[in-house]
Amino acid sequence: MIKKISELHSFKGWLFNFLLLGLAVVFLPLLNIWLPEDSVWHVPNYMFSLMGKYLCYALVALAVDLIWGYTGILSLGHGVFFSIGGYAMGMYLMRSIGKEGVYKSDLPDFMVFLDWKELPWYWYGFDNFVFTLLVILVIPGLLAFIFGYFAFRSRIKGVYFAIITQAMTFALMLLFFRNNTGFGGNNGLTDFKRILGYSLQEPSTKMGIYIITVVVLFLSYVLSRYIVKSKLGRVLIAIRDAESRVMFSGYNTLHYKLAIWTLSAFLCGIAGALYVPQVGIINPSEMQPSNSIEMAIWVAVGGRGTLGGALVGAGLVNGAKSWFTVAAPDYWLYFLGGLFIVVTLFFPKGFVGIFSRSSSKNNKEVILND
Amino acid sequence: MFLRCRKSMKDTFFLFEPHKLGNILTCRKIPTQFFRVFVFLLMGLLSFSIVEANDFELTLKDLGNKSRTKIKKAIKELGNQGNPAALPALEALKGNRLRISDDGVLIILNESGDKGRNALSEKQVDLKALNLRKPRINNSVRRVLSSTIGKLQLQSSDPNIRLAAAEQLLKKSSGGLVELVEKALAKETSDEIREVFYLVLAKEGLKSDDKKKRLQSLKTIKEFGNNDFKNVLEKLLRKNEKGEFLESDSEVRDNAKKAISSIERRQVFIDQIANLFYGMSLGSILLLAALGLAITFGLMGVINMAHGEMLMIGAYSTFVIQNLFKEFLPNLFDWYLLAAIPTAFIVSGVVGIIMERSVIRHLYGRPLETLLATWGISLVLIQTVRLIFGAQNVEVANPSYLSGGIQAFNGVVLPFNRIAIIIFVVFVVILVWTLLQKSSLGLQVRAVTQNRGMASCVGISTRKIDMYTFGLGSGVAGLGGVALSQVGNVGPELGQLYIVDSFMVVVLGGVGKIAGTVAGAMGLGVLNKFLEPVAGAVLGKILVLVLIIIVIQKRPQGLFALKGRMVDD
Repeated sequence: MIKKISELHSFKGWLFNFLLLGLAVVFLPLLNIWLPEDSVWHVPNYMFSLMGKYLCYALVALAVDLIWGYTGILSLGHGVFFSIGGYAMGMYLMRSIGKEGVYKSDLPDFMVFLDWKELPWYWYGFDNFVFTLLVILVIPGLLAFIFGYFAFRSRIKGVYFAIITQAMTFALMLLFFRNNTGFGGNNGLTDFKRILGYSLQEPSTKMGIYIITVVVLFLSYVLSRYIVKSKLGRVLIAIRDAESRVMFSGYNTLHYKLAIWTLSAFLCGIAGALYVPQVGIINPSEMQPSNSIEMAIWVAVGGRGTLGGALVGAGLVNGAKSWFTVAAPDYWLYFLGGLFIVVTLFFPKGFVGIFSRSSSKNNKEVILND
Repeated sequence: MFLRCRKSMKDTFFLFEPHKLGNILTCRKIPTQFFRVFVFLLMGLLSFSIVEANDFELTLKDLGNKSRTKIKKAIKELGNQGNPAALPALEALKGNRLRISDDGVLIILNESGDKGRNALSEKQVDLKALNLRKPRINNSVRRVLSSTIGKLQLQSSDPNIRLAAAEQLLKKSSGGLVELVEKALAKETSDEIREVFYLVLAKEGLKSDDKKKRLQSLKTIKEFGNNDFKNVLEKLLRKNEKGEFLESDSEVRDNAKKAISSIERRQVFIDQIANLFYGMSLGSILLLAALGLAITFGLMGVINMAHGEMLMIGAYSTFVIQNLFKEFLPNLFDWYLLAAIPTAFIVSGVVGIIMERSVIRHLYGRPLETLLATWGISLVLIQTVRLIFGAQNVEVANPSYLSGGIQAFNGVVLPFNRIAIIIFVVFVVILVWTLLQKSSLGLQVRAVTQNRGMASCVGISTRKIDMYTFGLGSGVAGLGGVALSQVGNVGPELGQLYIVDSFMVVVLGGVGKIAGTVAGAMGLGVLNKFLEPVAGAVLGKILVLVLIIIVIQKRPQGLFALKGRMVDD
């Protein structure tokens, strides 16, 4: 097993990976702690929440890349899995506010506001962190499994699948926007105070969550790498390139697609759960269909079918977004729209494709004029 | 009344204020007022004989009398005379638009108060030349006035006015008017108005001591009554504090129960009709949104996420045309829609063709990339519109002939704009169908759809056909935008609202056939409206989605799929 994992990268590759990991987990926090605040190299506290946010996006990009880049299934519904993970975490954080809310009630504030007298049944258990963790790990994957089973069974693929997932996203967004659904309506869940007893305002807590995010992302990356290098990964790529041929060779593509689809949703759910304590809010706008499509562009910009590319893409697009929304908010949509068009038209291999020479050699696309 | 009291109290209060005590003018007011009241009373007594002797014109003139009692008298008299010609003056009096000139001539002002006409001769008068005063009326006069207007309206020659008056009576208690209604009923020829009269009488009849009369009334209500009668009937079934029924007779109670259930049944029926209509209206809007998509997606296999923005561009074209008409052709404002329809088609079509030429053409055969690129285009279009027209919704007014609606049943109004959209969509579907099935362009489009290579071999310029087809699909979406501007808000995000639904329509209906799109749109629209009252708007939508997924399980290619043996796309 260990041998197999160690074969995923060359020695140089592993060295690079661990250097990055060490930089993120040890070096940056040390810069924060040791250096005085006025130093140029000091990493301010807010940076950790910001980087944590980007890392969550990167985890999402990784998940999208697995299903789209490697298997060729474009999902426009990953925002849903992300939000469900986020909402589960949000519910735990909401419950751990205790009686310190505005209304000093045991119930979350928005329930008091709606004049509810007791917790709805689906809020039971969220006082318990282990239960919450279980929900985060199980529910997004389970939803994906059920949805995927019915969709893949009837061989919905390509754009049809994209559209159906988008409709699911849209419907769930409407559901969560309702006040009566019991997730805080359009305000969502916010005003969190502490996680596992640690105050969320403390820089040390923030740094802790950031480090956990880095580690989770690293492990997910290794897992994804393991999968795409394995036989399963080969089958997935085969499905992407010629699904009928794979079926005729005796593989039941349903199982493969369903497995990777569920795994992808699972990773997305975890990303959402890590995202919420660092951002401090979760609301239904995370489920907007546009958010899910943006996730696809992260991967497209970075380079489909390359795990590293997905991570880079998520960082680049979101970095640009942060810069634009401050410097030129009116032109952000132009930039994003232009990105969609330019990348699909001129850089189908994405950012990674521009810089890797080897990929251009393998890039012998056969264009059949139908 | 209350206000007046307070005012006079205030006056009285000031009278005893020390610094005003010396004010002679104020002090003199008291005797004057007493004197006036005395004169009024006297004149009122004297006027009995005079009014009876006068004919219509003189009575009408009395509306301008300075005595309130006399005005009241005159109003009642007009009511008894039953001449509907008095209506304009009475309504003007009620609406505070009646004026009296110095020589006692009644003047009726128009709504804006800048023109007036003589109440008797109907001639226009010059307002500036006259010194006008307002008639003095109070609430007690107004009460008499309202009932008299109702009375006269019942005798009006215009059936619409009679119907409105009858319905007014039905809403209010009509205690003293039974005889009048019976008289009007005997003369009435229109069944619709007779029905209302029957109900008015039945409502009164319920209060009768005669058991037979009550039963008869219940029978009428059972036959014609609407939801408003439910409360009246339920009152009959209630008990008082002692536990006795308010209605002592058990037979009457039984009949009341039956009448209630009959009313409820009828209401359910009416609701279903209303649902069907609104469902068809929603369906036709969906159809307009989805028809263009059925062309670009169904025929060309191009997944155009910017399709919603074509709707938006169509709606904004309507907005611009509307403003141009407002600016340059205010007389023809009502006809701006006729100009907007071709404009929207051309503008959206041209934008579509530019899109096809510049981006989509390079992505044929790569549907997922097309999806992302067109999404990018949609973002650019939304932001452009936002920068030009602002992020707020803009207002597109209905032309006068599209505002309002017909009352089809009790409580169900079918708005003209929705009816117009249903007609419009039929027109558009026929147009598109003819274009695709009967024209040579349509033949070429279908040829390219079926076999691009072969079509190219026989000399069809497939590139040109692609361009035209895409332009047609986008143009039809623009037409949808014109329709949407008449029923909903027009804003930059307009298209985003419809894109998911219109894709659902196309997926459900199956690609490549217009019949499928029509069935899909109408089915979804009607289903939505029938689910809404049961499950709520949001849950209804979710149920519809689940249903679509189930349908696709059974028929993966949609309800109306083209038959074929294709293994792969």
